[in-house]
Amino acid sequence: MIRYEGKTVIKLTVNGSVHELAVRPSDLLLDVLREQLGLTAAKPGCKNGDCGACTVVIDGWPAKSCLVLAVEAEGHAILTVEGLGGTAAVQRAFVEENAFQCGYCTSGFLMVCHALQTQHPTLPEEYVIEEWLASNVCRCTSYEEIRAAVGRLYPPEDAP
Amino acid sequence: MIPFNFVYCRPATLEQAYEAFGQLQAEGKNPVYYAGGSEVITLCRAGSIAPGAVIDLKEIPECRVLSADREDLHFGAARTLNDIKESRLVPLLTLCCGRIADHTNQCRITLGGNLCGTILYRETCLPLLLADATVTLFGGRGLHAVPFQSVFDGRMQLEAGEFIVEVGLPGWAAQAPHWHIKRTTNEKIDYPLVSLAALCKDGRLRVALSGVCSYPFRSAEIEDVLNDSSLSIERRVEGAAALLPEPAYSDVRGSGQYRVFVLKNTLQTLLEAFSNDQI
Amino acid sequence: MAIGESIPRKEAWDKVTGRAQYCDDLPVTGLLEARLLTSTCAHATIVRIDMTRALAVDGVKSILTGDDCPELFGPLVQDRPALARGVVRYAGEPVALVVAQDAPAAELAARLIEVDYAPLPLVLTPSQALADGAPLVHCPVNGYKKVVTDMYPEAGTNIASRYKIRKGDVQAAFPKCTAVVRQRFALPPSDHLAMEVRTARAEISADGQVLITTASQAPYTVKKQLAEAFLIPAGQIQVKVPFVGGGFGGKAPVVLEILAFLASRSVGGKAVRLSIPREQDMASAPGRLGLEADITLGADGDGLIRAAEMTYWLDCGAYTDIAPNMTKAIAVDCTGPYHIENLHCDALCVYTNHTYATSFRSFSHESYTFCIERAMDLLADKCGLDPLEFRLKNAIRPGSLTPTQVLCSDSLTGDLTKCLTGVKALSAWEGGRAVPIKQDTVRAMGVACFWKSANPPTDAISGAMITFNSDGSVNLNTGVVEMGSGGQTDLAQLLAERLRIHPDQVHVVMPVDTRTAPENWKTVASLTHYMAGQAVLRAVDDLIAQLRQNGAQAFGCPPDEIEVANGRVFSKKNPEDFIAFKDIAQGYQSPLGESIGEPVLGRGGFMLKGLSLLSPETGLGQTGPAWTLGAQVVEVEASLKTGSYRLISASTVMDVGRVVNPALMHAMVAGGMSMGISLASREAMTYDAQGIPQAPNLRSYKLLHIGQEPDYRVAFVETPEEGSPYGMRSYSEHGIIGIPAALGNALSAAFGRPLVSLPLTPERILNGLEEGGHDPV
Repeated sequence: MIRYEGKTVIKLTVNGSVHELAVRPSDLLLDVLREQLGLTAAKPGCKNGDCGACTVVIDGWPAKSCLVLAVEAEGHAILTVEGLGGTAAVQRAFVEENAFQCGYCTSGFLMVCHALQTQHPTLPEEYVIEEWLASNVCRCTSYEEIRAAVGRLYPPEDAP
Repeated sequence: MIPFNFVYCRPATLEQAYEAFGQLQAEGKNPVYYAGGSEVITLCRAGSIAPGAVIDLKEIPECRVLSADREDLHFGAARTLNDIKESRLVPLLTLCCGRIADHTNQCRITLGGNLCGTILYRETCLPLLLADATVTLFGGRGLHAVPFQSVFDGRMQLEAGEFIVEVGLPGWAAQAPHWHIKRTTNEKIDYPLVSLAALCKDGRLRVALSGVCSYPFRSAEIEDVLNDSSLSIERRVEGAAALLPEPAYSDVRGSGQYRVFVLKNTLQTLLEAFSNDQI
Repeated sequence: MAIGESIPRKEAWDKVTGRAQYCDDLPVTGLLEARLLTSTCAHATIVRIDMTRALAVDGVKSILTGDDCPELFGPLVQDRPALARGVVRYAGEPVALVVAQDAPAAELAARLIEVDYAPLPLVLTPSQALADGAPLVHCPVNGYKKVVTDMYPEAGTNIASRYKIRKGDVQAAFPKCTAVVRQRFALPPSDHLAMEVRTARAEISADGQVLITTASQAPYTVKKQLAEAFLIPAGQIQVKVPFVGGGFGGKAPVVLEILAFLASRSVGGKAVRLSIPREQDMASAPGRLGLEADITLGADGDGLIRAAEMTYWLDCGAYTDIAPNMTKAIAVDCTGPYHIENLHCDALCVYTNHTYATSFRSFSHESYTFCIERAMDLLADKCGLDPLEFRLKNAIRPGSLTPTQVLCSDSLTGDLTKCLTGVKALSAWEGGRAVPIKQDTVRAMGVACFWKSANPPTDAISGAMITFNSDGSVNLNTGVVEMGSGGQTDLAQLLAERLRIHPDQVHVVMPVDTRTAPENWKTVASLTHYMAGQAVLRAVDDLIAQLRQNGAQAFGCPPDEIEVANGRVFSKKNPEDFIAFKDIAQGYQSPLGESIGEPVLGRGGFMLKGLSLLSPETGLGQTGPAWTLGAQVVEVEASLKTGSYRLISASTVMDVGRVVNPALMHAMVAGGMSMGISLASREAMTYDAQGIPQAPNLRSYKLLHIGQEPDYRVAFVETPEEGSPYGMRSYSEHGIIGIPAALGNALSAAFGRPLVSLPLTPERILNGLEEGGHDPV
């Protein structure tokens, strides 16, 4: 059985690299990513699991990193926006569709969209897209643009 | 940020978990079991609780089952709502899990965590109450299965150190006609004003409710009225709404009066759907 | 060339790669952490503050209370302490500030401070605050130092200020009206909910240099207020603002910066980071105003509005902040964009024990517009006219006088008639009546018009500096904050157009540093294109003049023969023989090695002109350079039985003067509409009877999520505004303004009852929203 008490060194796999980090068991993954690793794309919008701005991808699924202990993430593959580089389809789609204004919620939406595309390589039904994206809040856009960006991830079949 | 620290344990077996609980309690750590973590972390941050230790049950194999055998369907307590939803083993459970919190959080919140939560809705209990579920617990009495209804009266009644290992649903529950109707203030992802689950067993409607009162429940009296085909739908709805076990819950999301109004509309929708299916 | 192009935001790739740094993304090593303790009472005397247990927490460096900061703050009148002094006036008011070695220690210590309160009677609405014998939030209300002259507190009351509009003769006009409606309205306060929670950092060097890093729309105001309050030479204060994660007016006031400064000062100037949780961002930091209104409108037999009498009571909460100016803004535009010759309006700014209010997207226009546009529908109905036709009949037009008696022209206000006819087509308007579509279900549309001018200080300024890179591209440096409203990209396009280069050749300095960027009043009021835009154009002109000088020397001809275009300098007489910017912008070197001319540095400044304070008795005067107006329609499908509804479409036609970036402008306007729908359908800061906010978190305070939005339709009318860069009008706030009203009108039509409050939740619709209303007379 694992038992951590006080500051403990753990190994976290983030964006393909393994990091040894000293954390308290009660430290949140979000805070550790931001303050120890300098990966600040995930944002503290509410720290209550309600806004989705801190969303990262863990083992291919979206997770709100404000509701994950860093010690829990040991042994799992964590992906943040920084790990997308600049090459993920979703990043270009967001630029092309103006799917952000202030940009603060953007990282969270990008990670949800990226996970959606991972889990659903072909166009899922509309309600699935809505269900996934309704985990996040954007205060600036009308969502129309974000929807359009998701649309770009699933190019229509070649017309007959 | 959680301003205080705690001990984090991740046992690999049921026995280790229970022993860790006893050990940490003896150390004065006031331990809590931990699974998806969303509620524990939220309450710690807000200062509502300050456990000295959390025991993470997520990696115990028995808590992670997700399977169907000849008679029953088994759902490990550490399975996430999303796991259960994607398994599609029991359609009514799938529907209920799919309307708790949002999708990303469904990938974290566990069945056990939802059932044992302090937040009053505990909507995963609704199908369990309706389908004569059994729940397997581990604790001082070792591993033992009991009828879910015998340990749930709006919230889980567990002995100190006891925890849920898995929930079992009978095979018929997966085939039975069913309905889930959830009504919120107006945003789709929200706690319910009314969350109604219904199953039809042997031609009889079973109904469980969350959100209407300060705890979720299934009521024999309400089911009797709803199944009384000598009454019009309207009379049954009125009769059922008058039989709430306590005055309707009232908060910033909706007044008690409004919840009753929504309940009546929901029951009407249900009975209309039910009678259409009967025909 | 550059104008009219849908170029992506200049900072687009920074925002999709995580490179865009917001205030709290800056490194935290070496910083002490500060946390706030806030009031749990809405109005109370502070009897005792016991810090014994808190001070015993390991790592605590200092704990401040109101006793440590006697200064008072406020942009218009100084009525607000940084930390409560003796009395708390709203639940959430900062009471103590802890500085500690790390965040857990600061948070733990804040939780261990014990405060005893002796509750005082409280007022939670303007009606309560103005009732006979109401408890006073501030006593004496007129005892504070005024920063501006047009503030009129009324002694012995909760009235912080009052603005009057007197135009024509309402006494004589009303009796001639054949249709008169009167309606009361009550709108609750709500919150900005920018996704980035406010935060600030401060440090003070040994020689007294103050560095503030903050999420602010007003870095120069931070500098000014700190300098004045703490008697620091302004030059010793440096304010840095990186990307801001949404402002919507909520980051215009100076709040956390003061506290961060105090925190740093209390620990010998060490660097301190002040973080607040979302809950405090909602309950402690200022929010959106509440509003009550009483409106009477009268029309003649032809359906022309002949008289209007209205009173607005703005709930500014416990402190005024900028609310008196918002009250004034209501008075200035109180009628909406309609031709009304006889008008009597009083707009009052009223203290209550709510969280105090500050500027919110559209500066109170979304609130009063709900009231006036609902009243317009009531009057249209009484006149038996289609609501859209009724508005067309009464639309403001050249020759009309605004409420403050500014003479309208196409240039000044734009063309409402075109907007209304445009939105009629865009929304496929089918009248203001409910159309049954199945049992218990109807479809209905509501229309609303809006207009908005600005209320800046009459002497507000902007500046711009342009430098060249060695490849001939340029860098633009202004004091404009990038917070999502796209101002920087607009400016880049204006620059590119004027300099006749491709917008790709313009690099924009995104973070603001008051040491290096020329002063810009604030990034508010949708005035970036107008103020900073003019500064940019002047800086480009300056640049061009210098390029001509260099060119004249290089080509040996008079400067006025030199042309500058497409990244080249050449003589008009021989365009084939040119020098590229890269070879002449830093001075020119002849083929023989001779150095010619000087490095080129463009600079431009701009100060608002021609604005005035309002006459205290009649309101005569002009507060902003021009208006932007438009018309909006919302279409709903409503269930009569349950009170629930679905949004089908929302349309806006706005006169923006000139479309600079079609895609971004569309997105900005649609975003505003979305905020209006969220606000009108679900948002309110709910307080219990003791004045305690009931839902200061995003779990309970629900914003609109994806999947519930209507089909957004946006179109533009282009009536140029003379004197504004390329004829552009303000547009970035405006999408929100008429949406709550249009939704209210649609739902009032659908349910067949006058809805007079917000938010429009099914429960409140069913209850008839009785709080504010009575039947029209």
